Order: sequence, then structure tokens, then C-alpha cells
Amino acid sequence: MLLLFFLVLIVPALLSWPLGLAMTRLIDPPGGSLYGRWTEGILRKTGGEAVVVEQDWKRYLISMMTFNLVMFAFVTIVLALQQWMPLNPDGKGPLEASLIFNTVASFVTNTNLQHYSGEVAMSYFSQLFGLMWLQFVSAATGIAALAALARALSGKKTVGNFYSDLLRTTFFVLLPLALFFAMLLLAGGVPMTMDGAAVAHTLEHANQTIARGPIAGMEAIKQLGTNGGGWFGPNSAHPFENPSFFTNILECMSIVLIPMASVWMFGRITGRMGDAVVIFSVMMALLVFKAGAALWLEGAPATALSGLPIETVSNLEGKELRFGPTAGALWAAVTTATSNGSVNCMHDSLNPLTGLVPLAGMWLNVVFGGVGVGLINMFMFIIVGVFICGMMVGRTPEYFGRKVETPEMTLALLALLVHPALILGGTALFAATPLGAATVGNSGAHGFTEILYEFSSAAANNGSGFAGLGNSSMPWNIATGIVMLLARYIPIILPLAIAGSLAAKKPVPVTTGTLRTNTLLFGLIILGSVVFIGALLFLPVAVLGPVADHLTATLH
Amino acid sequence: MKTTLSLRDLTRQCAVSLRILPVTVFICSGLYTVIILLIAQFVPYTSSGSLIRSETGEIIGSELIGQQFKQPKYFWPRPSAVSWNAASAGGSNLSPASSGMRQKTEKLLAPFALQRGDKVPADLVTASGSGLDPHISFAAATFQVARVAQTRGLSINQVMAVINNPASGTVTIPLLNEPLVNVLQLNRSLDRLQK
Repeated sequence: MLLLFFLVLIVPALLSWPLGLAMTRLIDPPGGSLYGRWTEGILRKTGGEAVVVEQDWKRYLISMMTFNLVMFAFVTIVLALQQWMPLNPDGKGPLEASLIFNTVASFVTNTNLQHYSGEVAMSYFSQLFGLMWLQFVSAATGIAALAALARALSGKKTVGNFYSDLLRTTFFVLLPLALFFAMLLLAGGVPMTMDGAAVAHTLEHANQTIARGPIAGMEAIKQLGTNGGGWFGPNSAHPFENPSFFTNILECMSIVLIPMASVWMFGRITGRMGDAVVIFSVMMALLVFKAGAALWLEGAPATALSGLPIETVSNLEGKELRFGPTAGALWAAVTTATSNGSVNCMHDSLNPLTGLVPLAGMWLNVVFGGVGVGLINMFMFIIVGVFICGMMVGRTPEYFGRKVETPEMTLALLALLVHPALILGGTALFAATPLGAATVGNSGAHGFTEILYEFSSAAANNGSGFAGLGNSSMPWNIATGIVMLLARYIPIILPLAIAGSLAAKKPVPVTTGTLRTNTLLFGLIILGSVVFIGALLFLPVAVLGPVADHLTATLH
Repeated sequence: MKTTLSLRDLTRQCAVSLRILPVTVFICSGLYTVIILLIAQFVPYTSSGSLIRSETGEIIGSELIGQQFKQPKYFWPRPSAVSWNAASAGGSNLSPASSGMRQKTEKLLAPFALQRGDKVPADLVTASGSGLDPHISFAAATFQVARVAQTRGLSINQVMAVINNPASGTVTIPLLNEPLVNVLQLNRSLDRLQK
């Protein structure tokens, strides 16, 4: 069990160091380097001068939003025309309009909440040219946004060029990594074929239609880009997405790899590796705690089976045997710490208190988080931490040598409050009305948790689900679609605005009174900010949902 | 630095985005897929879905995908919330603390005709996440040996020998004390033995 812990958490941490260095060199090449000039030439040929010219943070954001709008429009068209498109060996029909909106919003925002089952609803063309394409460029958008934030915080007036960052990230970071990882998955037994479903004549003389497809490619970028949207409905619990113990370890490791490397990239671009070490340690501490809690809680047997003539073992409902008994809990912790959202067991069937672990991960959304954006979220908590420290000693707070004042704090708090407002507001509306109450798959507190989980997942751009929820209705599609869009762009735009505003200020000289942000003490302060703000915002719903669920089941 | 934005700027941004779009689609969706498909040709068996064929070449299932067995002469797989529908997979999504889960489990216990004191291995009465789990635990296999042996007119030792034969798809999982048994392969080995 310790070995599993080591493989899934420590190995990616070790690999993230060289990857962070490589990402920095590949995305933010030093001026005049051979690679830099070579790629600049290619980029200029691809998109013209506008793709390489330096942008200030506002122009950077405008480019980002424009491209994301184009992403949205293109994939909407791909999905809307599905029935007339090629590569549809199983003859998938048209998709419902609100489902198209939800799915596109979901994949553009790197969420990958799925209100459909891939093998039932999607053609190969839709999966490859719509959804998988978005898994590349939405991940690249997040990493690009982090690069821009880091450049602004290092005091630069211009923050690079969005298109350069996007294309370099896509072609030179994500694509090679995904190719390599897809090879490993092929070796591990994941199918990759353009043939339609196979029809088997079983030993008991029934017919079994076995859906398959070009799965290995999508599986790789799904895991690496904190996307999480799988080829099949049950995601990485499906034997074709995750055929063995070894593919499971590989996939679990790849969830957290780039989010970890993003922290080092941030440190290198800002030139403050000490701060990166502190941030990384805080995230790692939270992740180890979460994973440990999940393993411990999920080791308990299912309470509904007590007293029945069944061998007592850990809860096996919704789990696959080939991953081993602890793999589900570990994956659940990792996939919701990062905003990946893929699953290898059914989260709805986790023990009630175990369900609290993925929920907490999505509520905080800073434990490595989504590629790039996890650290951007953490930046908000750092600003709050800096502010609290400033108040305690009666000095104007500073971060990276710039004064943090009222405008920045206003934006930071706004960015922090969007997330809980969307979760709690949405949950309240849907739990109190038939919109949500009529769609729950389990009754009582567990049903409430299903609604809460769905909004948490949408707002955290996570995409995992308590799958018992009947979430394919139009109100669910529209509500979570809107939540995903707001929860993606507001927490990118506001932090960049803060960083831009900081960069425009005169640097203040470092004195003995300056708060050092690269110390253990400051690490504890941001840890405290994250935990206490998270607890203040979400403890009440935690009690209404998973805790009440647990108590009703155990107290008779 | 002041940023002034005109409509012309915005249309230019759109034009740039539209120029980049086909390039990224061509490379990320097209080229990437084609490369992996080509490499997949080196592993034709697994890349086409690990399909198992009978002597006549007919597909009888996939090594990775569980299928339904309810006849007493076969080993039974784990329960499936989707009736082993490999074109629409999924789990039960029942809370393990719910009365719904308890009722479902009581129903699943019925076919085992338990004697007093018998205990069923938990994997035989819990639905897997995909509904297509191809494996059962070794304990779940030995639990069914008596029924299978009796129905087929074999001795318990003969059936145990088939389970322990590596050709029957038994896999050891690291960190797990006991191996897992592939139900389809095991049942196929039994059928072959008695042909």
C-alpha cells in the first residue's frame, strides 16, 4: 500500500521537476535561443505577425477569449452536424441542443463533465475532431494563462503572446507527452481501431455488442491535460480505457504530472524558485492528507451489507477488481485535487464520508488543480495570505516587490467568491426545486450530495460526477453549462488583472520589514488561508450532505 | 501602458484564431490519431479490442469485457448494473449505505442457495464500476467450484486444475494476496475440456 502511495504521488513529484524545466524552456524560450527562433519562424508562417508580437495582459486576454470563442463555435458545429459527418461506423444520430451546449462548454473549459455516454452518443469524428481536439487546446489555454500570470508577476509590462504560448504548449509539450503516453497505453492493452463495435456471440448464445474505437489517443491527453472526459460512460473504470493494474498506475500518475510541473514552471518564469518550493509543499501536504483520508475511509465495508452472509471486506460496489482494493480511493483523491475528473470507480458508490474527500478537493481547487489554472487559483489565496500578514504587522502588504492595495484585494476577493457562490447558489436552487430534486438517484442526504457534487464539479472545472444523478435534462445541461463557463473565465481574468495591476506599480525595495514569501512560515499561512476559507465556506453543506448521510447510516 | 481596442483589432484577432484553428485540428486530431493507429498495427490483438474467437473464427467476446453467465455449469461473473451491455456500460451508482443497496444485494444472494454459516465473497454480490468487470477473485471462483463440478460431472480437483492453469486467464495482482480469475477464459477452458 505504501508502494502504491509512492508510485502515484512521489514518482510524479520527482518527474515534475525536469518536466517543469522542459516546459519553461519550451513555452518561454530565452530570447535568441535556437529553438526560440526556429519556432518563432514556424509560428509566424502559421498565423502571421499577430502570433508572435508581445502583448500586454489585456490584449493577451482578448486573444485568449477570442480563440476560446472560436473553439466553442467550431466544436458546436462538429457536434451539431454529427449525423452527417464521416467516421461514424456505428451510425450515431443527432444530439439534443442543450446537451451540445453543455458538452461544448464542458470541454472548452477543460471540465469534461459528461451528460452523455461516449459509446452511446458520440461518433468517432465527434470524439476525435471535437472533444479530443479541445482536450489539447483547452489544456494549453490553462498553461498559457499561467505563463502570462508568471511573466506579469516577474514585473514585465508585456506578458508574452497568447497564440505563441498556446501553439508551443500544444505542439511541443502536450503532443509529445501524449504520444509517448499513448504508446504505453497501447502496450498496456488499450484498443486503438477505427472499426465499429464488434458483435460477439457469447458462450451462453446471447449477442453482446462491444463498443470500441480509437481510444488510446484520447485516453492519453484526457489524463495528461487534466481533462478527464473519457471515451466511455464509466470512464477509466471501463476495461478498454484502463485494462490492467499497470495501466491504472500509469493513468493515475499522469493525472498529477503536469499540474505539479506547472508549479516549477511558475517558479522558473518568475525567477522565484523558493516561492515555488513553498507552494509545492503546501499543495503536496494537502494532497497526501486527502489521499490518506480517502484510503482510510474507503477501507471500511459497505454499511448496507452488514449482517448479510457476505465476507467482510472493503467497499467493492462500483469498483473494478483488477486495480486492487485501494486504487479507487487513491484515484478519487488525486483526480479531484487536480481538476482532472476522470474516475476509476463510481464516486456515487463511495462510502458517504469518503465522498467528502473528492468534494473537498473540488471546493478548495488548489491542490495542484487544473493544468496552469490550479496555481492561478492558489495565487488568490497567496494574495489573501499576504494581505492578512500585512494587517497583522500594520504594513501595506507586498507580493514579489509590489504593493498589494485596495483594487487588487477587491479583485482577489471577487475571484475567490465566484467559486462558492456558483456551487452554493446552484445547489440551493436545484435542491429546493424539482429541477434537481426529481433527478436524484439516491434518496435523502445522499441525493443532496449528488446535487452538491454536480455543481462542485462544474464550478471546479473538474468533471467527475456522482453518476446516479439524472443530469441529462435540459435544466441541468443549461445550468451546469453556464456555471462551467463562469467558473473558468472569471478566475483567469481577475488574477491576470491583479498581476497586470501589480506589474504597473513601482517596485518597493526589500527591507528587513518585508514579508518573505519563500519561508516555511508563509507556507503555513497559505495553508491556513486555504483550509480556513474553505472550511468557512463549505462546512455547512458538508454537514448537510456526506456527514448527515454517514450518520443516518451508522446510527440506528 | 494604455490599451485601446478598436473593432478592427477584434476582427483581426478572430482572423488569427481562424487561421490557427485548422492547423491545430489537423495536427492534434488528424496526425496524432494516424500515428497512434499506425503504431497500433504492431499490437493487432489488443488494439482491436482483445477479441476472443472460437475455432470457427466467430467472435465469442473480449478478454477484457465481462459477459453474462447464469447457467449452473459456468462460473458466474460479478453482477452488472447494465446487464453486461458493452455498448452502454455503467455501475449501479447506489450509495453503499442505502436501503436500495441492501435490497439489491439480498436479491443477488438468492441464486447462491446458501447453507447456514456460508459466506459469499463480496465481489460476487457487488456491481463493478463498468458493469463489465471480466474478473472474479480466486475466492469467488473456489466458492463456485462445487456447483460447477457437480453440474458438469467433474471432480472438484479437475475443476480446480482448470482454474490453476495459466491458460484460463488467471492473473496475479501486485499488493493483492490472491490472484484474479478471468471468467470468460475460465469457462471457455472448461467447455474445451469437455468437448
